Amino acid sequence: MTPDVIIDIRPFLAVGVSMLAALLIMFSDKKPNVREAWTLIAAFLKVTIIFSMLPAVWSGQVYEYTLFNIVDGIGFTLKTDAAGMLFAGLSSFLWVLTSFYSIGYMRGHHETHQTGYFASFAVCMSAAMGIAMAANLATFFIFFEILTLATYPLVIHKRDQEATDAGRKYLIYTLVTGQLFLAGIVFVYVVTGTTDFVAGGILSKDMAPVWVLQVVFFMMALAGMVKAGMMPFHGWLVSAMVAPTPVSALLHAVAVVKAGAFAVLRVVGYVFGPALLADIGAAQWLAWLAAFTIIVSSLIAMKQDNLKRRLAFSTVGQLSYVVLGTCILAPLSLVGAMFHIVAHATMKITLFFCAGAIFVTTHKANISEMQGIGRQMPFTMTAFTVASLGIAGMPFVVGFISKFNLAMGALQMSQPLYIAVLIASALLALSYLMPVSFMAFFKKNEHGDFQSYGEADKMMLIPLMITAIMAVVWGIMPNFGGHFFDLATMAAQSITQSWIGGAW
Amino acid sequence: MSQHFPVLIAVLPLAAALISPLLSYINRNLGKWLVLTAIGGSFISAVNVLLTVLSTGTPIHYYMGDWPAPIGIEFVLDPLNATLATLVTFVALMVGVYGTSFLADADWLKTAGYYTLYGLLTAGLAGMVITGDVFNLYVFLEISSLACYGLIALGGKKSVLAAFRYLVIGTIGASLYLLGVGYLYGITGTLNMADLAERIVPLLNSPAVYIAIGMFIVGFGIKMALFPLHGWQPDAYTFAHPAAAALIAGIMSKVPAYAILRFFFYVFGADSFVISTGLEIMGILACCGIVLGSVMAIAQQDFRRMLAYSSVAQIGYVIVGFAIGNVYGLIGAVLHIINHAFMKSTLFLTIGGVQYRYGESNIYKLGGIYSKMPATTVAMVIAAMSMIGLPPTGGFFSKWYLVLGAMETGQYLFIFIIILSSLLNAIYFFRVIEQIFIVPDAKLKEVNKPKGKLELPWQMVLPILVMGLGILALGFWNEPIVTNILNFALPEVLLR
Repeated sequence: MTPDVIIDIRPFLAVGVSMLAALLIMFSDKKPNVREAWTLIAAFLKVTIIFSMLPAVWSGQVYEYTLFNIVDGIGFTLKTDAAGMLFAGLSSFLWVLTSFYSIGYMRGHHETHQTGYFASFAVCMSAAMGIAMAANLATFFIFFEILTLATYPLVIHKRDQEATDAGRKYLIYTLVTGQLFLAGIVFVYVVTGTTDFVAGGILSKDMAPVWVLQVVFFMMALAGMVKAGMMPFHGWLVSAMVAPTPVSALLHAVAVVKAGAFAVLRVVGYVFGPALLADIGAAQWLAWLAAFTIIVSSLIAMKQDNLKRRLAFSTVGQLSYVVLGTCILAPLSLVGAMFHIVAHATMKITLFFCAGAIFVTTHKANISEMQGIGRQMPFTMTAFTVASLGIAGMPFVVGFISKFNLAMGALQMSQPLYIAVLIASALLALSYLMPVSFMAFFKKNEHGDFQSYGEADKMMLIPLMITAIMAVVWGIMPNFGGHFFDLATMAAQSITQSWIGGAW
Repeated sequence: MSQHFPVLIAVLPLAAALISPLLSYINRNLGKWLVLTAIGGSFISAVNVLLTVLSTGTPIHYYMGDWPAPIGIEFVLDPLNATLATLVTFVALMVGVYGTSFLADADWLKTAGYYTLYGLLTAGLAGMVITGDVFNLYVFLEISSLACYGLIALGGKKSVLAAFRYLVIGTIGASLYLLGVGYLYGITGTLNMADLAERIVPLLNSPAVYIAIGMFIVGFGIKMALFPLHGWQPDAYTFAHPAAAALIAGIMSKVPAYAILRFFFYVFGADSFVISTGLEIMGILACCGIVLGSVMAIAQQDFRRMLAYSSVAQIGYVIVGFAIGNVYGLIGAVLHIINHAFMKSTLFLTIGGVQYRYGESNIYKLGGIYSKMPATTVAMVIAAMSMIGLPPTGGFFSKWYLVLGAMETGQYLFIFIIILSSLLNAIYFFRVIEQIFIVPDAKLKEVNKPKGKLELPWQMVLPILVMGLGILALGFWNEPIVTNILNFALPEVLLR
């Protein structure tokens, strides 16, 4: 079934609005209030534009627009299909919340270089939208590299030695794999004569020897794996936690890392296709690596005392769920993988928001110092606890739905081992996140550290309450607001349509 | 009038350069403005010719003094060299405007000398591009080279030695080219390129042609600083007059590369054994140059010296494109000539700006420049991204076509080298970016204080921004360039 195509420039407007905002932010360097106004206006405009496309996409149509040709024969084309809508809708929604939170955080923390911060942030969001909606590999790659570059200023934000090293590490990881990705894209273009994303894949087995296809698959998947922080390529993500917390929250838990997972999804589902990958057995390896990452990262997370680092390792593990679900190749696991993009984003952004709120209010970054903090900051810590339970996969929180589908998909493919991995990881998640809540609510504060502090600033508190509430709402009604679950199902169906008829 | 546009491209700056000392003697500014106006006129002529060629679709033949070829000298303008002539004159115009502020306080003799040389350089480069006569090419090559030696020598204390060194090596290169032309004339009896292309066909496997081709490779190799003939370049670029360095670095080494393209693909034809062997050898040398140039660039502390080594690497991209030898390879090579002219000029313009204001070009003294010179920084960052080859800047797209061409013919070594070079480029340009943005203010002393609100005089800010944003424009609109101009010019070559 080919969906109806609506020729409409809205995808480009969604990308352009924050690019423009970045320019305006640069020029309003001296006036912080005007500068922040641009961020908020752009965030609201973007979310409006994206969600105005939702009804049609939900009913099976596709928005498409070609601005001009990038290179001979390849258009600079954006296309809002179900998978793209899911990622774009989610990121644009969370950007609104993060914008408010950022303002509260950056001002509360008296950060320097705020203009560069907000401008880079806006460019990052443009790039994320472009990645979500790119219609072909070339367009995808352009936004992928823009995202790499725009994140760099955010990583080096503190301008000290640690930040410089983190920035270098980040660039080495992402630029090297980006170049390999480029070579892979050129290979696909030469072999197939196109770079368009087609649900079910554009490559087939007769186009090149099997080992070549396997190598190219890894070259392309590697770029996604690095951005998604899969082991053993997770080093940059942990170092990058030196960035301000809103960056960790939206970019290093949602936009950038999810862009990596999304790249794997596009490569698996729309370039190679599940049929070919099942045949050449390349996805299997990636799935094993993902399973390995899930377990090991959880074990490492338990040892971290710095809250942000613990969350970073948790992100590493959770992102591998998406990769795992994608690489199991079953229809239901694909649904689970895509919905986990939504689920993990909502939960992890809550956790990071909480970590940031604690840091700005009390200047504590280590878990061992957070005894009794729940008495002073009850709302923050309640949100934290809800999100933690969701990460562990408790029913009625959004994480359950994605994990349930992942497990079902593993069964579809008769791979019970992955179910064991999922269960083990859930228990591990409980054991590294629950102690924080325990520490906060049940330990006595012996030093009397927190007497002078109250709840976090409203600019930070309200966004984190909203995301926590959304985690519960989506856990009960996964289609609330954005129809994200339906979108995931539609995308999974279209990917597996040509292979096993998309049925389950 | 309009039928004389082709010749005006070269003649206007040539004539203006020769008159300008006299006018400068009367008034310091007259000679300067004459040369700049002439280059502007030359640019307009080039654009005009380009538009005519594109709309009619046939090359323009211009016969000097109405002497028909092959007896007279002929200028041939097809889409390819009309584009390059436009590029040469445009960059010359921008850099010329930029240079005025460096010479604001110079006496009449220095101003006159500078602008005479500058006009001659422009005339020589434009002439090399548009001529259809192999001996005439030598004449323009020498005009541009001599002017270039002079401009390098004007740079300051250390520059005289660098200029002398370049003069000796460069003259050897030009002489080798002339000898090669002598061999070709000896066996074919013609100097006209089109005529030569016909007469050479039965003689392609003669030793004389082998020797001529070998001499061309070495001669042009010296001129474009192809590894291992690049020894003169770092000093020459580092000590060249900062006002002219952008034109010398951006264009000077690209025009010989164009000459190689013209000879090997249009005159000799790339399908013959000797040419394909020659291209293969040059391709290997280019790969060595890419790696060595990039590694050496990483080791430099002076921004201009780093850029000079990076030029050794970047000319390698162009040669690799020739060596790939299919349509995509050639598109990539020519696109890279254009892109590199923009990005290397931009980088020299920006560092020239820093030199103008703070008298500093050491990479490790650039801390905090971004807040003092924002426009310069923007242009510098764009150019650096383009050098690395990151989208959406122009540099990405030439790389794209090169990789595409290499992938099509299965020359994976070239893909590996191009990717490696991107990463090495990333190392030395991100080092600069770290210096600019992270390292605390270097507390430089201002040498020249800008008068108005701008960070530099407008004559400098304007070219810097135009060239810098031009890199982005080349990225966004590379497809029209490729389909309308290059695609139109190049496949004809490969059909031979």
